[in-house]
Amino acid sequence: MAHTGTYSRCLQVWFSLVVVSVPLEQVEGVWPLPQQIHQSADRYSLSPQLFSFTYGKDSAAQAGCSVLDAAFKRYFSIIFPDFTKGAENGLHYLWPEPKPFVVSVSVKSRGCDGYPDEDSDESYNLSVSNGQAVLRSVTVWGSLRGLESFSQLVYQDDYGSYFLNKTEIVDFPRFAFRGLLLDTSRHYLPLHAILKNLDAMAYSKFNVFHWHIVDDPSFPYQSRTFPDLSNKGAFHPFTHIYTQSDVMRVIEHARMRGIRVVPEFDSPGHTQSWGKGQPDLLTPCYKGDVPSGSFGPVDPTVDTTYKFMERLLKEVKYVFPDSYVHLGGDEVSFACWQSNPNVRKFMEKMGFGKDFTKLESFYMESIMNMTAALNKTSIVWQDVFDYHERPRSKYVVEVWKQGCYLCEMRRVTKAGLKVILAAPFYLDLPIPTHSWARYYIVRPLAFRGTDEQKKLVIGGEVAMWGEYVDATNLTPRLWPRACAAAERLWSDEEKTLNADLAFPRLEEFRCQLLKRGIQAEPLFVGHCKHEYNGL
Amino acid sequence: MYCLLKFASLFLAVSVCHGWLFGDFVGKQKDLDEISLWPQPQKFQSSAVAFKLSPVRFQIVHAKESSAGPNCSLLENAFRRYFEYMFGDMKKHEKSRKKVFDSDLVELKVWVTSADPECDGYPSLQTDESYELSVDGPSAVLKAANVWGALRGLETFSQLVYEDDYGVNNINKTVISDFPRFAHRGILLDSSRHFLPLKVILANLEAMAMNKFNVFHWHIVDDQSFPYMSRTFPELSQKGAFHPFTHVYTPSDVKMVIEFARMRGIRVIPEFDTPGHTQSWGNGITNLLTPCFSGSKPSGTFGPVNPILNSSYEFMAQFFKEISAVFPDAYIHLGGDEVDFNCWKSNPDVGKFMEQQGFGTDYSKLESFYIQRLLDIVAATNKGYMVWQEVFDNGVKLKADTQIHVWKERPQYQDEMAQVTAAGFSALLSTPWYLNRISYGQDWVNVYKADPQNFTGVCHSQIKIMWIYLDLCFCSSCCFYFVKSPKISRFGEKKTTQRLFTQYTIMLCMLELTSFKEKKSCEVC
Repeated sequence: MAHTGTYSRCLQVWFSLVVVSVPLEQVEGVWPLPQQIHQSADRYSLSPQLFSFTYGKDSAAQAGCSVLDAAFKRYFSIIFPDFTKGAENGLHYLWPEPKPFVVSVSVKSRGCDGYPDEDSDESYNLSVSNGQAVLRSVTVWGSLRGLESFSQLVYQDDYGSYFLNKTEIVDFPRFAFRGLLLDTSRHYLPLHAILKNLDAMAYSKFNVFHWHIVDDPSFPYQSRTFPDLSNKGAFHPFTHIYTQSDVMRVIEHARMRGIRVVPEFDSPGHTQSWGKGQPDLLTPCYKGDVPSGSFGPVDPTVDTTYKFMERLLKEVKYVFPDSYVHLGGDEVSFACWQSNPNVRKFMEKMGFGKDFTKLESFYMESIMNMTAALNKTSIVWQDVFDYHERPRSKYVVEVWKQGCYLCEMRRVTKAGLKVILAAPFYLDLPIPTHSWARYYIVRPLAFRGTDEQKKLVIGGEVAMWGEYVDATNLTPRLWPRACAAAERLWSDEEKTLNADLAFPRLEEFRCQLLKRGIQAEPLFVGHCKHEYNGL
Repeated sequence: MYCLLKFASLFLAVSVCHGWLFGDFVGKQKDLDEISLWPQPQKFQSSAVAFKLSPVRFQIVHAKESSAGPNCSLLENAFRRYFEYMFGDMKKHEKSRKKVFDSDLVELKVWVTSADPECDGYPSLQTDESYELSVDGPSAVLKAANVWGALRGLETFSQLVYEDDYGVNNINKTVISDFPRFAHRGILLDSSRHFLPLKVILANLEAMAMNKFNVFHWHIVDDQSFPYMSRTFPELSQKGAFHPFTHVYTPSDVKMVIEFARMRGIRVIPEFDTPGHTQSWGNGITNLLTPCFSGSKPSGTFGPVNPILNSSYEFMAQFFKEISAVFPDAYIHLGGDEVDFNCWKSNPDVGKFMEQQGFGTDYSKLESFYIQRLLDIVAATNKGYMVWQEVFDNGVKLKADTQIHVWKERPQYQDEMAQVTAAGFSALLSTPWYLNRISYGQDWVNVYKADPQNFTGVCHSQIKIMWIYLDLCFCSSCCFYFVKSPKISRFGEKKTTQRLFTQYTIMLCMLELTSFKEKKSCEVC
């Protein structure tokens, strides 16, 4: 008896060791954290040869759905990066019988050829059990989010075999607008850098690419209507531009990943490069009674300006399918306007007195009316709202100024306008990586206001301004710090306020990014199984 | 102060040279201010007369008078490398014109002047890296005492070549005479906190050569991991690396780094930091680290290397025997920074030992005890050593040729530099160049402004910051000043310091100083 007792205790110890070791194999979780996720220690092995994606029988989308067909192909390589067709993996013979595994995707409404928009339903349910995973969503955009989560559930053991655990996920985003701004004017970003960044955005479930495409230093957008803008305003008229087909490629690459492309044509300030290709657009600055030879913001006093803007915006409407367009309106310096006698005359005529903010509001309102007439929603930087707190038309305000950004959120929502928060997410300002937590602990809704006001906060945006950023350092400066903001904007705040708890998950996700070829910088000391290898 | 005045005159001379640079030349090709060489050579004269370089015809060759020839593989490799830097892939030049014009530059002759070109040697602290370069059609001449100077000159030459608007390679008529201000220009990479794949290290060596850096300080192991695969103690990396196969540097990896560096005139100085920063060592070597105690029981954690056991020293002797054989450089970096005394304090055996040795409760004495024994061990391998500043601050007895590596922000590094050099040691400055720190904006400016000699020491220390080819014509007066100086050093005897100083001056004089005044003035010394 005694003997048996010891034996069974031994077994028990052995057994509990096995049980303990299983969770170690498990993944730390999904980034950003799903609204609800339940995982158990039951795990299923995956064999690349016997793995497939299919459309559910009841799915509105079936084979031929461009978005999902492409996504299946993409995620297969992401899940099995070292799988090459025809190469027999000897290890599989170690497993007596590899079982097939099917991921069945069902979508309620078709919409495979459309574009994601502000009302797109990105929710999904994912259920992983023996031999199959069922992914259900309303739209294909929801399926994309679910496929991303699914891909993050798969892991490899030390022998290279693939596993995933029994999992139930119910998931939807907290905010509909989860954006990332890239600045292609201060430095030109080659097309592949933008495309690669769109990939990384999809991994973190970002859904808006805010393309700050032109600014003072250069005008790389090749306009159909005004080719001189890039001919004379780009850093180089052939190598440093985005052609129409480049832009189309970006939009399509983004669409395939459920990402909207919102272009920004910032005016009346930040337009030095526009002036090179469009004479008489900018205000001539004066020194005393004579023009000084330098130019200021767009000249808001002449009709030609508005005719030009109307034609440009009309083109933008056709080129960029998204219903939003960013009109900028930030940081307008009044000194040049003030120096110009014609502008002063115009001010007098309009009864603006000496208040140049009125002149800017006059200009912004005119071009916002143009976009409204084109059925587009305008986004503007907070300056526009600050100058004109009683808006006559509806527009979206992007809060960017440091300081009490929550106060600003409160004022904007009180005025009944939608708002996007960017102020705490200026990732181009570098801080030591391990302070990623500063982006993580942001609470976008922590201002006093009614529920109606809170609903007007449609999301947030990570900004990567280009003064010191080009293709050499874009990726490491963005990732994995942008992931912190991604989780803030997608996940339940109550479950994700503790940065210490998030750290191991983020660390693992960063290794995951490296494995997918994204040069994400380290969070702290340590190593990844697959180190960055893209040099 | 006297010295400072002398400095001023030196700067004056330099600024006169600058005036000469912008002399009246007829502008034809590239404007002179567009020619940007980095780092800026000591003497640089360029005219706007331009020559064309044809990728098909242009050659880099050994000069007839040169002591190096085609069997000098280091130079042969460098010729090929720099040819590719300048002209890129040859394939795209297949259709280049064949005809030679008068305005062509057809060759660069590399002339190594010493009897021994050092083709198969390694660069060292004493290496003369000076070179002279003259570009004038139809051929350019690069003159250097040895291959190391030739490498620096090739780099400069490659930077002189520019493409005009038609894609044709041009070079302006130029005369350069160049030598480094400091003999040790290093970059530290840390391969312990994160593993750096081999190709990253090699790519970095490439970039170093382009900037004329000449020391790769390889902080190869630390608390977090031990990627160096030791032949004598393979368990160090087996158990101490992040991964025993993928995250290690094998002996052949290390060889490759050293050879790749040698080809570029770069020394590889490994750092094996002890007694602190050694957590990863403990994984492979039992009983090497001090067991920490919680009350009267071992807590299960470990502290610095255990300085009271003979076995620690036996291990170090064997280990550093291997290191001194693997790394050819004359110096090894022994670390010695940031030793935390708490664990030693907690350990009763260490306490007993302290008592025996009469150290009282001064644990820096224990640290000194360890370091001194370690230094003896390393000295026995005929290597010189570098240590972080704490070792000096704690008053450990050091060999005269020890290099003190200054890294702390407090006290101000200027003060530390003054003290180190006043005590007669060579100082190496890193404090203002911790580039792993992140800041915003044009942060290179502060990196650029930092100057190792920007401190007020006693006069001679100005000279003694190591490896500086200063205008030594005033060293005799400095000697004089030094002897009279009331604030000679905090390290006791005037005599000792004076002896050190004399030694040092002699050492400096022994260096082959090729540039204008030094030789003469050294003779005066």
